Amino acid sequence: MKPPWAATPKSPQHIAIGWGGSSAPVVFLDQIQPVFFAAVTPELLMPLFWLVVVLLALTALGFWFGRRRALASAQGNPRHLHSLPVYYGANVAMSIAIPALLTLMVWLLAQPLLIENRVSGLIPQELIPESTSVGLVMSDVRRLAEGLDEAVLQNVMTQQEARSLDASTSDVRALLGSVGVALGSEVRPEVLEAAQQYRQLSRTGGNAMTLVCLLLAVVGFGLSIRRTHKDFRARNVVERGVLALLILAASLAILTTIGIVLSMLFETVNFFGLHAWTDFFFGSTWAPNFRGDSELSILPLLWGTLYISAIALLVAVPVGLFAAIYLSEYASPAVRSFAKPLLEILAGIPTIVYGLFALLTVGPLLLKLFGQGDNGILGLSWMTGATSVLTAGVVMGIMLIPFVSSLSDDIINAVPQSLRDGSLGLGATPSETIRQVVLPAALPGIVGAILLAASRAIGETMIVVMGAGAIAKFSANPFESMTTITTRVVSQLTGDTDFASPETLVAFALGLSLFVLTLGLNVLALYIVRKYREQYD
Amino acid sequence: MTDFSPTPDQPAVAQNSLLTQSKRTIKRNSAEARFKAYGIAAIGIGLVMLLVLVTTIFGRGTGAFQQTFITVNVELLESKLDKNGERNIEDIKRVTTFGYAPLIKSAMQTAVADLGIETSLKSKHMAGLLSKNAVAQLRAYVLANPEKIGETIEFRFLAQSRVDGYLKGRVSRDSIENDKNISPEQLDLVDALVAAGVIEKTFNLDFITGADASDQRPEAAGMGVSMLGSFFMMLVVLALALPIGVAASIYLEEFAPKNWITDVIEVNIANLAAVPSIVYGILGLAVFINYMHLPMSAPLVGGLVLTLMTLPTIIISTRAALKAVPPSIRDAALGVGASKMQSVFHHVLPLAAPGILTGTIIGLAQALGETAPLLLIGMVGFIASNAPSTIGEGLLSPNSAMPAQIYEWAKRADPAFYERAWGGIIVLLIFLVTMNTVAVILRRRFERRW
Repeated sequence: MKPPWAATPKSPQHIAIGWGGSSAPVVFLDQIQPVFFAAVTPELLMPLFWLVVVLLALTALGFWFGRRRALASAQGNPRHLHSLPVYYGANVAMSIAIPALLTLMVWLLAQPLLIENRVSGLIPQELIPESTSVGLVMSDVRRLAEGLDEAVLQNVMTQQEARSLDASTSDVRALLGSVGVALGSEVRPEVLEAAQQYRQLSRTGGNAMTLVCLLLAVVGFGLSIRRTHKDFRARNVVERGVLALLILAASLAILTTIGIVLSMLFETVNFFGLHAWTDFFFGSTWAPNFRGDSELSILPLLWGTLYISAIALLVAVPVGLFAAIYLSEYASPAVRSFAKPLLEILAGIPTIVYGLFALLTVGPLLLKLFGQGDNGILGLSWMTGATSVLTAGVVMGIMLIPFVSSLSDDIINAVPQSLRDGSLGLGATPSETIRQVVLPAALPGIVGAILLAASRAIGETMIVVMGAGAIAKFSANPFESMTTITTRVVSQLTGDTDFASPETLVAFALGLSLFVLTLGLNVLALYIVRKYREQYD
Repeated sequence: MTDFSPTPDQPAVAQNSLLTQSKRTIKRNSAEARFKAYGIAAIGIGLVMLLVLVTTIFGRGTGAFQQTFITVNVELLESKLDKNGERNIEDIKRVTTFGYAPLIKSAMQTAVADLGIETSLKSKHMAGLLSKNAVAQLRAYVLANPEKIGETIEFRFLAQSRVDGYLKGRVSRDSIENDKNISPEQLDLVDALVAAGVIEKTFNLDFITGADASDQRPEAAGMGVSMLGSFFMMLVVLALALPIGVAASIYLEEFAPKNWITDVIEVNIANLAAVPSIVYGILGLAVFINYMHLPMSAPLVGGLVLTLMTLPTIIISTRAALKAVPPSIRDAALGVGASKMQSVFHHVLPLAAPGILTGTIIGLAQALGETAPLLLIGMVGFIASNAPSTIGEGLLSPNSAMPAQIYEWAKRADPAFYERAWGGIIVLLIFLVTMNTVAVILRRRFERRW
């Protein structure tokens, strides 16, 4: 049996950009790596897990020692101490743990990058096949290195054998296949050489990391124990440390943003290196082709995104706004306390539920209404498949109702009662008051709420992935299936992701465009809402 | 003082009596009634949609919790399973599932013959009523109990999905015309077997605790392993997002000086809360998988991505909870000699704890239902078949998550999986409703108004 969405016309373009399909499972299993961090290799001084355990044990020991030493310096009488005994312990513990763990974290982040740089320099240019980048060969190198480690772990070969392996004499691919690491092609001597270098560097790096971290911990232990004395202002030092940690946590938000922007920016720059930016921004066709020569333009996707969002807002804004007006101006407290939480349940339902609803309920229902020719209810044949702009738009609209209604409700409630009283006192009916006084006063805020809902609609993924279809085109017909930016991001990045092809990298350019678009809407909306709140504060 | 009586030349004839409404008043009043009706209609639409959604989910999903089973006696023939008769486990293991198929065929044939049912079907098609899982189930049993070879044992096998669908009304005699998996004669046999009590529909615990199955065996697919995947992800989210979120909120609310850096952080957090979730997926793919080489499809990576996604939610609600603690508490603590840090950690934080907990639970519920970022880090597209045995394996070995599993089922071609998808949604919603209820109860019970 065919799934309902398979009924869409099978143009070559559709096949090329369809769902991940059946190739996905193989690839995913393929890419699973047997080891945790690249730093964890056999013959290390200490695996990462034990390093952390040792550091934590040292920290606990430090706490106990610090506390004891402080008490001893005050002849066991805590009242002679500057701070509570706990603070002396905490001071030692923090001196041990914080520098060591921070170094560990930074090291783990930086080491792969450094090794990658060193090793990729080893790969001769002629080894890199046409139209691929050094990244592809590097992933071979990494897999080979991990495979050798795995072989040593499983006692298939000794460390010595692994190191002196010769690609020309032994079948490395079969050997690694026997330990469950599948290699794509035969191993060339240069790649093996690079892999050996990779392992060597990882091992050295890992060992250096262990040594440095332990050294830092011990030095921290020694220095802080030496300072521990009854006159030492332990509390002040500890509190400064805690404050630094708090600041670190708060700046993680900034780091996340920087991470988002940088991760997408790098790959986007790579993408524009491989593909003309004019085609991306000003082209008219979306037709990725994994054999190269793709046309990758954002415009048809943007059109689909905006069209679906517009339909969603067409559903959500009137319903949400009227619901908000009724709840804030007319409803009795009993109705309000009953209807408002119920409406808000709609916002708490996961989007996958809406996606399934669109795919299996709303889509077929609309198809029955507007499609199927004489077999349908209305006898029309406007729709050919269950996935369409309308399907996704309507379901997304339902999802957005509570967004619009609760935000507008808050905003309408913020309009001062004196405005209403004045209008009612002049003889206006409640509805006239609302239309001519309350709504104009609340308008900026409501516009902000609608913009927030719009940004939500543009970034929504699951509903469009399941309900909107996969065909990129410019069309004004709401009964046709169309595709959106988020759908294409999902389909380009699931399945076989090769970070050297423009077909994969385009997803990052799309993601960045999406981020900029939604960010712009959010900033605008938040600005308007904030400005509006100040007006009546 | 003037007498305020109407003058004769200006007759005070009220053109409109208060008792009869003028045209204009009628118009205005009906506009008022209309406007009010629009409001009621809008709320009605919202509530009806909710009702439709809930009834669809339960109407279509409850079937997944029931499954059709066929009970037959299988003779474990020694000549097929252990030719040497030595009960050597290695010998028995050598018999593949193909070797078990004849046993099931003859078992079905005997069962039908014993019940005296007339049918023109061959034994192969009788065995076709059973799930493709049956041979594997039989083999697993024999490998676990080699001493039972030679005996006749009663087994309860899953029926194949068409038979299951027939009993649940999903499959009818009209709908199977072009279906090569089942024939009308087989359905006749099913009817007869149901009458004889051999085929019955019972509660299916395996759907809740079991693992996903390949797309040939929808009847064997379950949620259990992906539930564990979700559990490990939530573990990561809780372990990272709660401490980091609380620490960030404490700094921003209690210590941060009012300057542009703080402003930037605040605006940043407000905007991060509204970044589309798929963008976090791209971040996870680029940073955790492509750069840090963490294993693909691992709940650890999923948890890290969801942590970044839930952090803004937790920070916003924690700040609200801290703000709700009155300044008098801080002043009193400072007044008896506590340091600023002590006043916050010893007094403000415990008082704000219920609010923080509520916000965290709501953030976790949001993360539990999120799908889009998980698609990008590879938590769909394979069959999560084995439950992890240790925490490390649970975090690092590839797994799925509940919403990703539902998506996976919705993607498969066989409509029998749709029932699973709806059933999976019921399980997911039960978790979400429980978490939200706990949050509401916490808030009601512990929230203090000052």
